[in-house]
Amino acid sequence: MEIHHPRTLDDALQARAAGATPLAGGTDLMVEVNFGHSRPELVVALRRLQELAEWDGHRIGSAVTWRRIEREGPKALAEAARTVGSPQIRNAGTIGGNLATASPAGDGHPFLAAVDASIEMASVGGSRTVPWEDFFTGVKETSLRDDELITAVHLPERLPPRQAFAKIGVRNAMVIATVCCVVTRDEDGTTRAAFGSVGPTVLRARAAEEMISAEPRPSPAALERFQRLVEEGVSPITDHRSTERYRRHAAGVLARRLLERCLR
Amino acid sequence: MMVSFTLNGSAVTARVRHPLSLLDILRDEIGLRGSKGACHQGECGSCSVMLDGELVCSCLVMAADAEGSEVVTVEGLSPAGDLSPVQEAMHRAGAVQCGFCTPGIVVAAAELFEENPRPTVAEIRDALAGNICRCTGYNAIVRALESLAGRSR
Repeated sequence: MEIHHPRTLDDALQARAAGATPLAGGTDLMVEVNFGHSRPELVVALRRLQELAEWDGHRIGSAVTWRRIEREGPKALAEAARTVGSPQIRNAGTIGGNLATASPAGDGHPFLAAVDASIEMASVGGSRTVPWEDFFTGVKETSLRDDELITAVHLPERLPPRQAFAKIGVRNAMVIATVCCVVTRDEDGTTRAAFGSVGPTVLRARAAEEMISAEPRPSPAALERFQRLVEEGVSPITDHRSTERYRRHAAGVLARRLLERCLR
Repeated sequence: MMVSFTLNGSAVTARVRHPLSLLDILRDEIGLRGSKGACHQGECGSCSVMLDGELVCSCLVMAADAEGSEVVTVEGLSPAGDLSPVQEAMHRAGAVQCGFCTPGIVVAAAELFEENPRPTVAEIRDALAGNICRCTGYNAIVRALESLAGRSR
């Protein structure tokens, strides 16, 4: 096995072009390695690559850790960060790794979907930035090419003033989401609701968003209708963690509660 | 390939043949058996070490990526033959049963007290969220750390 410790992003991209497996926090890759599912021959180590750890306003470098996001991130993303793994995992795991792994349960994804974030990727040939919807293509699948690295996440210049995150799991810490959700609301009523663990990728409940965005002061009946539209708008499955029915119900309840929080 | 890093204040060099974890070489190449391996997927915290000042699971650190880093294991927290304040507090409170999780908890707690010398019970429990103990039910461990925080009941 060979490992590269690049000093610049260009060095890292060269290694990637030569087929190196990216290693940042290791919280996903090393599980694969420890269980014999992956045995990379060439690795490019990104943990100490300063260029990827830069956080400049609305551009978050891909190697920024969850620990840092927990402390410095926008409200609902910081709330999501607090629920990522354990202190040990948050000290190592990065936002770029969370995107590259593209688990349907990725705790960071609902916020990025709710605010319409974009993902910046680079190769020796140049860089490109794609909307989150074009980044996630399926369960653990993304549009990242084999010669590319995720370099940053771009948030919009202006974030909605009201935002909230919640996650349901079987215990408080160190848990993979049964459902996770972000709801945001703007002063003009524009509402966004994004969900993890209820589809192959993170998804938005667009019909519910549209309905509630048109309600300047939602009545209890409107909230009820919002909840129902969320239930209809998600597409969960039954697996070892939960059932389709429970997830659908929980998504509706969570979204309504978070919306109520945003309205307070 | 070889990997060189600072381990508990001393320079070490170890051989790495495969994409092994830092935990593997700490135990099998270097012979420091304090850090334990149980889940090998970052769930249990029994392999907790400090890597460049951050608490991490050494099973999730690729050994070759420790090159040039500073690693502190449970063995590095106290002078030989002596107990660290966390170890002393846990010993006094009877916070150890089978002992398998203890080294990881000692490292995680040492990191907590370095950042926050007077943690509340909630802060203690949060700091230990990544360390699983299957014997004690955590109460004796939390009591031990409360006493160290000067918050004993």
